[in-house]
Amino acid sequence: MRYLPLTPDDREAMLAAIGVKSIDDLFVDVPAAARLDGPVDLPRVAGELEVERALGALAAKNATAGNVPFFCGAGAYKHHVPATVDHIIQRSEFLTSYTPYQPEIAQGTLQYLYEFQTQVANLTGMPVANASLYDGSTAMAEGVLMATRVTRRNKAVISGGVHPHYVKATETVVHAVGVETQALPAAVDAEAAVIDQIGPDTACVVVQTPNIFGTATDVTKIAEAAHAAGALLIVVVTEAVSMGLLKSPGEMGADIVAAEGQSIGNALNFGGPYVGLFATRDKLVRQMPGRLTGETVDADGERGFVLTLSTREQHIRRDKATSNICTNSGLCTLAFSIHMSLLGETGLRRLALLNHEKAVATRDAVAAIPGVKVLTPRFFNEFAVKLPKPAAEVVEQLANHHILAGVPYSRLAPDAGMDDVLLIAATETTLDADIQILAKTLAKVLAN
Amino acid sequence: MSTMNTVGRPTTPNAVESKPATLTGGRGLLQNEGLIFEGEGWGKTGVDLPAPKGDASDLGDLVRRDPIGLPGLSEPEAMRHYVRLSQKNHAIDLAIYPLGSCTMKHNPRLNEKMARLPGFSDIHPLQPQSTVQGALELMDTLSHWLTTLTGMPAVALSPKAGAHGELCGLMAIRAAHRAAGHGLRSDKPRNKVLVPTSAHGTNPATAAFVGYTVVEIAQTEDGRVDLADLEAKLGDDVAAIMVTNPNTCGLFERDILEISRLTHEAGAYFYCDGANFNAIVGRVRPGDLGVDAMHINLHKTFSTPHGGGGPGAGPVVLSEALAPFAPAPWVVNTGDGFKLVEREEDEAEQAFGRLCAFQGQMGMYVRALSYMMSHGSDGLRQVAEDAVLNANYIKARLQDLMSPAFPEGPCMHEALFDDEWLKGTEITTLDFAKAMIDEGFHPMTMYFPLVVHGAMLIEPTETESKAELDRFIHAMRALAGAAKAGDKDRFKGAPFHAPMKRLDETRAARQPVLRWTAPDGSNMAAE
Ligand SMILES: Cc1ncc(COP(=O)(O)O)c(C=O)c1O
Repeated sequence: MRYLPLTPDDREAMLAAIGVKSIDDLFVDVPAAARLDGPVDLPRVAGELEVERALGALAAKNATAGNVPFFCGAGAYKHHVPATVDHIIQRSEFLTSYTPYQPEIAQGTLQYLYEFQTQVANLTGMPVANASLYDGSTAMAEGVLMATRVTRRNKAVISGGVHPHYVKATETVVHAVGVETQALPAAVDAEAAVIDQIGPDTACVVVQTPNIFGTATDVTKIAEAAHAAGALLIVVVTEAVSMGLLKSPGEMGADIVAAEGQSIGNALNFGGPYVGLFATRDKLVRQMPGRLTGETVDADGERGFVLTLSTREQHIRRDKATSNICTNSGLCTLAFSIHMSLLGETGLRRLALLNHEKAVATRDAVAAIPGVKVLTPRFFNEFAVKLPKPAAEVVEQLANHHILAGVPYSRLAPDAGMDDVLLIAATETTLDADIQILAKTLAKVLAN
Repeated sequence: MSTMNTVGRPTTPNAVESKPATLTGGRGLLQNEGLIFEGEGWGKTGVDLPAPKGDASDLGDLVRRDPIGLPGLSEPEAMRHYVRLSQKNHAIDLAIYPLGSCTMKHNPRLNEKMARLPGFSDIHPLQPQSTVQGALELMDTLSHWLTTLTGMPAVALSPKAGAHGELCGLMAIRAAHRAAGHGLRSDKPRNKVLVPTSAHGTNPATAAFVGYTVVEIAQTEDGRVDLADLEAKLGDDVAAIMVTNPNTCGLFERDILEISRLTHEAGAYFYCDGANFNAIVGRVRPGDLGVDAMHINLHKTFSTPHGGGGPGAGPVVLSEALAPFAPAPWVVNTGDGFKLVEREEDEAEQAFGRLCAFQGQMGMYVRALSYMMSHGSDGLRQVAEDAVLNANYIKARLQDLMSPAFPEGPCMHEALFDDEWLKGTEITTLDFAKAMIDEGFHPMTMYFPLVVHGAMLIEPTETESKAELDRFIHAMRALAGAAKAGDKDRFKGAPFHAPMKRLDETRAARQPVLRWTAPDGSNMAAE
């Protein structure tokens, strides 16, 4: 087998050096009743070519975003990733290293993590960011738990604009520790409605901008209301590129930002791996989940970087840790950081503006179709429309025409009574021709 | 002859007495590399995008006006920046990376190639299911391999790492107890989780995260769960035990069948931490050991790269008793296609909810399946055998100089030593580890598990050749000899030859500097 270097002679020599007769002698501690005599019932060893063919055949059954007019968003976005990014993240030194526990021989990883933390902090407009969590949804759950630790209160008020899967993932985890959640009904322009629900027991309010319907909201007033009641404001962002155009959560008074970083440097990947961005205020750092990289010096006084404040973490604090997270999204943070370094502020702002422009053009094209009503008043690169037919059916029909027209809201929340709502996203990868085909085919499908 | 052109001819170095420091801080191939924020990149970009036509005036006050603070690099500058950084990292592709418990094995590049097929990497999690049948089939096939290898009836794929898998398993256990009337807030709550002292930190952290009280189980002299202590602590208030097998001392729990029997008799569930599955894959099925839930770190046993700390994947196999509580989403083979069930309410009332936004780590599923198919069931069995053989070989070759924590009997896939043999040398496990760096090796896991004083946990994995093991053993023996001979300086100041000297971690924690800031306190340098 090509991944196994030992030869039969090596194995013999090593067994002799150990002083046993056969490999079975090394498995003596396994109870006899639980030993398998031979291989389990699965295919046997396969060469590269065979594996490539088998997996290639599976891959070929899927419609890829790059091959069709593509308008899906709702928390995962198709952006162009420069070739440099994928090349660098496949360098052995980054790809095949572990968490940087030995800083003297892991400065490569530690320095990019420090740069990543700074980029995320600046992008979100917050003073500090961690070295990543699994994804945006788990970042939101961690944010709510952190808010309950900080405020010693037990309830989260969640706006009806937050991604339904994020709400579900958060509720699943926080209910387990007895944290209450109040998730408000879905609405296109939902964020401000949280204000009336803030009470003395509120640990945090969670809002999303742009929200699941694409609506961009200035949450400053919500922050003020939360702070006046002693609660924290958590801002969720599922499209990181939006922060290149829209006011940052930090500017608007967020205490915690829980964001999905997939849009920058990372492919769609059918939902993962992605990269959870998590940022907060300085004074809350010690309640933060996840790894943090910090600056220090070595014995010669030279600047270097190490993992720090680990007394918050599971390997030191065990059952008193702020989170159980260990492995995070390492390589995805590198992809994010390289892409962001290539963009720079100039590129990011331009990219964001292009996204907005494409979405506006798409909006204009579909708004002209009889029976289609645009619901989202202000948006970044995604908006919701009301269709005269169930959106899921329309999307399926458009898929038959090789168009991926967006995400039916009912797929995320079947009980919301919004079966006719379709979420449509456009990015810099959207061609004018794609927009025309979408509008033409959608009009046809709706007319039938 | 003095006129002879010497350009391009071999040169003979002159012997030099001492090494003068360089004038610029550079060191041969190792470049001195500043932070991206310290360069000239304000205002620069390395991406050519068309000029936008509009100005987003439709967004009015929502538009971000202040500087963001993100420098840019042209493509060649970016390439240099990251290549320079990369050269300061150790990697499996460079040399053995014997971090115990981490399973640093070779990462086949075929896996990378497969994961990047557009049919897997360029598909959206919410595309119509009719357009991603191949992806769903891949998830179904992976599930089949995982359940067959573990002898368990079901698997929840979505957890994003081992710790997330622990969360999944304990949530399923919680849901099962609640369904039976023993929820945390019931009259007869099962609110304790028993965890051996030797457990990985994520075990107690996860149990507490889910609202359980953690109770430690003692360990016997020979490094296993103390059955008497377990029996004494099991009761009708215990929800589960979390036992790692092979355990974190690198030993197989000999009494595993007894452990699961006692656990089940007490009405509790057996969560097995499967981080060490590499040692037994193809030779032992956890399902035959009475396990109810076990996470599998695809980034350990199934070779997906660790990537400097992630991403990983932690699917959880589940017993018949726990399967109904698995979280959404999951894949069903309907006979004429594959269906992703995204809402547990529709199909399984008892499912405990959802752990993340989409369907987990597809990129890791592809890599893991590519690896499994490459090995096949026979190759995977060989993986376990070679992993165990390599660890025992290291133990055998070092035990006369260093002190194995559990000298009796074989170890599994990792060899554990304590610091008894360093007594009187004034050298600590940490010093020894740092001296290994100078010899070109990544240190083993240190000070874990906590039950062994000055622990040194060495896990070579099956992808090391005998020659590389011998090279490692030779270095370890040389260092052990030097330690015993009183060559203290070699250890106390180590490393001397790494890109950096020992770093001051205390200072980093006392005065945390967690981000770059301009000298004037702003988030970008003055223009
Ligand atoms: C024994 C053990 N359990 C659990 C974990 C946690 O796994 P992960 O880092 O994938 O969350 C690890 C790995 O670090 C481990 O070694």
